[in-house]
Amino acid sequence: MRIGKLSDIRAGEITPESIYQRRRDALKMLGLGAIGLVAGCSAGNAPSTGAGTATAEPNPDEKPLAITKKDEYVVSDPQTSYKDATHYNNYYEFGTDKSDPARTSGQFKPQPWSVEIAGHAEVVGKFTLEDILKPHALEERVYRHRCVEGWSMVIPWSGIALGDLLKRFKPTAQAKYVAFTTVQRPAEMPGLARDVLDWPYREGLRIDEAMHPLAFLAVGLYGRALPNQNGAPLRLIVPWKYGFKGAKSIVKIEFLENMPRTTWNLAAPNEYGFYSNVNPAVDHPRWSQRTERRIAGDGFSVFGNRIETKPFNGYADQVASLYAGMDLRKDF
Amino acid sequence: MTLFRDRIAASKPLLFLLCLVPLVLLGSDTLRNALGPDPVAQLEHATGLWALRLLLATLAVTPLRRLTGWHKLVRYRRMLGLFAFFYASVHLAVYLFVDLGGYWADIFAQIAKKPYVTVGFLAWLLLIPLAFTSTQKMMRRLGRRWQTLHRLVYATALLACLHFLWLVKADKREPLIYFAAFAVLMLWRLPWAQRLSSTGRRPSRLPHSPAPRTQSD
Repeated sequence: MRIGKLSDIRAGEITPESIYQRRRDALKMLGLGAIGLVAGCSAGNAPSTGAGTATAEPNPDEKPLAITKKDEYVVSDPQTSYKDATHYNNYYEFGTDKSDPARTSGQFKPQPWSVEIAGHAEVVGKFTLEDILKPHALEERVYRHRCVEGWSMVIPWSGIALGDLLKRFKPTAQAKYVAFTTVQRPAEMPGLARDVLDWPYREGLRIDEAMHPLAFLAVGLYGRALPNQNGAPLRLIVPWKYGFKGAKSIVKIEFLENMPRTTWNLAAPNEYGFYSNVNPAVDHPRWSQRTERRIAGDGFSVFGNRIETKPFNGYADQVASLYAGMDLRKDF
Repeated sequence: MTLFRDRIAASKPLLFLLCLVPLVLLGSDTLRNALGPDPVAQLEHATGLWALRLLLATLAVTPLRRLTGWHKLVRYRRMLGLFAFFYASVHLAVYLFVDLGGYWADIFAQIAKKPYVTVGFLAWLLLIPLAFTSTQKMMRRLGRRWQTLHRLVYATALLACLHFLWLVKADKREPLIYFAAFAVLMLWRLPWAQRLSSTGRRPSRLPHSPAPRTQSD
């Protein structure tokens, strides 16, 4: 595993002309790709049984996103298949079964999209996704993804460093936390009909966590636009935390002075802490977090999937210093 | 009457095969790699569910006998109970040898520290004496004590329902449905509930006057 140091991806780096051009192409394709995906999902809405209801492979007609790859952000673990990563999703707005989002997200419209920026920042207001992404070059990062339920994946995400984006809004000194809100569209998201969680879905990070170079906003996976079930068109990835911290289909980013109440923390405060850093030494009250079942590769995969869970999901070298002096059993 | 009894005996192999269907389907799905992205979780979930369903089926035999007057139904009960034990054992084996695998020793810590594992394991343990004493010979040998011993099945079913409820993250609908089924089957056993269900029944369905052939088979 090789993860870059802070200095490798300083914000506001001068962008070479070639990358500038590629990023423009990428934005164009992102739009096209998302439209293609919606069409694909509608076609897949016809009743069918078992796996493969939505596309099992990336649509070959869909052009890949133009992305730069930095080796520092690529873990060497075998990757999860595209099909598994897009058919085993916890996205309760589309249903609580992990096969639900791929089946029921076909009606969801990730285009056009805008994001409201609010709170303690000099630049606030509503911005289109195009405006949000325009100055950034898309890059690919292969991250480990550890679910609080005890399974994990390895997924190549396309997107931008969260901190690079947040800095453009010039957060003030009062901005101690950042909160993310997921869209709430009952007509397009059948899972919202039930009060399983307190909708809309909200998540949050401390500002220094949000500014950490590993914190990422994804617009794609496997080099293609994000499928609806994975949080299209814009979602948060915090690879050293449990997966539920990664808010999907983000419509609001708010800079706050006080720690925000987050959805899972509200649902069960003793089970899901605000930090929710991956930590094999702190069990979920009801189940162990010492090991995890890795969903990766393809073919016969019943035996030998269990591996040891690493502190901070294996990113301790990069992020442990954020929590110096904190009791991580208390602040779990 | 002889013909009727033969039918029960004749239908037992059919029930046996029926109870094996989930196992065969799971086996074939496993070999075809058709269990979805997390096959081990699917194997655990399916075998656990079938153990619980069969356990509730054994608990449903007595109420069904009383309601329908079809007392021969009790002759299916042992097989249902033994299959519940079988699926619970496969469930435990999958967890221990397939899921935990090299980390199998973790099961001791899990049983000691995680209530949902504790109650699940306890439920399986309690099924062992029931399976062991399920033969005609043991029934005869234990006499009255047999029935007392086999009341353990109520505790087992309760523990199995708790095991399911406590492992679910947020959407408790499915385990609560099983809990409700268990509650109904238990409430029905209360004396007042039995009185209630015996009033207003048509005479032909009373236990002491056998139901007409057309209704019972």
